[in-house]
Amino acid sequence: MNLIRRGEYHAFAGGDARFLYLVPSAAVIRIDDVTQAILDALETGDRSPGDLTASLGDRWTPEDVRSSIDELLGLRAVYPVVAPPPKPIAEKPKRRIPLQTLVLNVTSKCNLSCGYCYEYGEDRIVEQTTKPRFMNEEIARQSVDFMFAESDDSPTVNLTFFGGETLMNFKVLKSALAYAKERASALGKEVNSSLTTNATLLREEVIDWIVENDVGVTVSIDGAREQQDKHRTFSNGMGSYDIIVPHIKQLLARHRRRPVGARVTLTGQNLDVVSIYKHLFEEIGFWEVGFAPVTTSWQREYSIQDDGFQTLLSGFQTLAADFLQSALAGRRHGFSNVRDTLEELHKGMSKAYPCGAGLGLMGVATDGDVALCHRFAGSNSHKLGTVFDGVDHSRQDDFLTKHHIANKTDCSTCWARPLCAGGCYHEAHTRYGSTVEPNLHYCDWIRSWTNTCLEVYGTLAERAPEFLTQFDR
Amino acid sequence: MRHLKSVNQKAQRIQSTLENDVVALQQGGAPAGPHVPLGCSFVFSPGWEVDSNGGTAGLCQPVERDLFDCYLTCFWPAHVPDLYNHAPDWTAKCASAQKDWRKIDLIFP
Repeated sequence: MNLIRRGEYHAFAGGDARFLYLVPSAAVIRIDDVTQAILDALETGDRSPGDLTASLGDRWTPEDVRSSIDELLGLRAVYPVVAPPPKPIAEKPKRRIPLQTLVLNVTSKCNLSCGYCYEYGEDRIVEQTTKPRFMNEEIARQSVDFMFAESDDSPTVNLTFFGGETLMNFKVLKSALAYAKERASALGKEVNSSLTTNATLLREEVIDWIVENDVGVTVSIDGAREQQDKHRTFSNGMGSYDIIVPHIKQLLARHRRRPVGARVTLTGQNLDVVSIYKHLFEEIGFWEVGFAPVTTSWQREYSIQDDGFQTLLSGFQTLAADFLQSALAGRRHGFSNVRDTLEELHKGMSKAYPCGAGLGLMGVATDGDVALCHRFAGSNSHKLGTVFDGVDHSRQDDFLTKHHIANKTDCSTCWARPLCAGGCYHEAHTRYGSTVEPNLHYCDWIRSWTNTCLEVYGTLAERAPEFLTQFDR
Repeated sequence: MRHLKSVNQKAQRIQSTLENDVVALQQGGAPAGPHVPLGCSFVFSPGWEVDSNGGTAGLCQPVERDLFDCYLTCFWPAHVPDLYNHAPDWTAKCASAQKDWRKIDLIFP
């Protein structure tokens, strides 16, 4: 008896149609009524095609049932019991992924004293006294050379500046980018640059440089005055909102070629994403607004607890619904969390790793040590090499094998793993003391949020498929 | 596909690979593009067989052809020597299989 079994998928609806999100392929398919009936029947146990044809015979012809089963088998939404899907194998990528993004931590110093900061706060992993506080010009140049050397045949590389407060080392930013542009034109490549800043030091001279050099800017800001000043303060406790907003408005007025985004850190006390979004997008005028929960161990006063995740989810869902209405009406909406997820869903990304850290992205500490990403820059236990000697590929391979999704047994039955893949290494390190752990504290949240994004995606696919063509590139 | 519609890029990619997969002729004809069946399992080639009279005289190909079925034409590692590396002269004395097949030597690698 050739029984068939339900494969791994998540069913969802959108725009009056029914869809499946197939796992692990991350394919999204729309299904018809006979297919739905077959899948319903398989929910109760394995069945043979003959049995299904007979039991559904009052509503559908044998030919309909058979052809639907064939299509489901082809896409592996169901599988023959005798030929189960192969078990995933943890192995490093077959081909070395060229470096595409290098994040330069140009300084570990900051002029703000945000209580929740992972660089300085209670959860810091890098002991600041062992490293220089500022990257010098020579190391920045070496980093640029390292970036081009490790980028292999990639036609474009991304150079990102990060801190501490990035603009406290403006002199090095300027010289590093000028050198990167010079090297790029000599090598026939393109260099794309961006930076993250708290906006306190966005002087006229800095804005001139940003505009002139087409630098992408992300501003760390937590919302309106009361929300911003809760954690984002100077060392004397004074809030930073009144200082930064005039700077940001000036930047937004002058920097029109690249979108300027806001990046919000959410804490247990700052979860009203709808009002934060409205303030930053509508009142201040950011092109887009992205949110991320604060990275912290669970016992901190500002960490987000269970009911907080619920509040956060309903806020995100409200904004996602708002995003959908805007997209259907042809209006731009700036909620970047949903937009980024829609792009990943549209492409059908199925990740072996949660992000590009240690793969196509690396971070450089002020002394030239290369680590997984900017959050680990300067940490000796997460070091992958130096800008002088290049990447230690055996260390990188070892990291990639250990962190492969196939090794995260907790994730092996989760339908959201193609997108989540266990979540941020730094978050896991802070919560559980190890980068190999999946972030189990927000699994339910991730699944609910992914489902919301799938519903938005399905609705757009049905009612405004032209909206999704922007992700076809 | 009649019942499922590929919505995202990944589904479309998987679907496009299915369209070039092996299909039964009953499923609606051969797919477009090259579809030449190759290899001994696809062609009728009498093996260690007999004709309708129980002999080998009436076979449509000489029985000696068996010696060469896996040789030259086939990728399958079989009971013939490796002509590229170890036994390039294996058939040197065998101009015609029907007449000269006894001249083919055993090869001990």
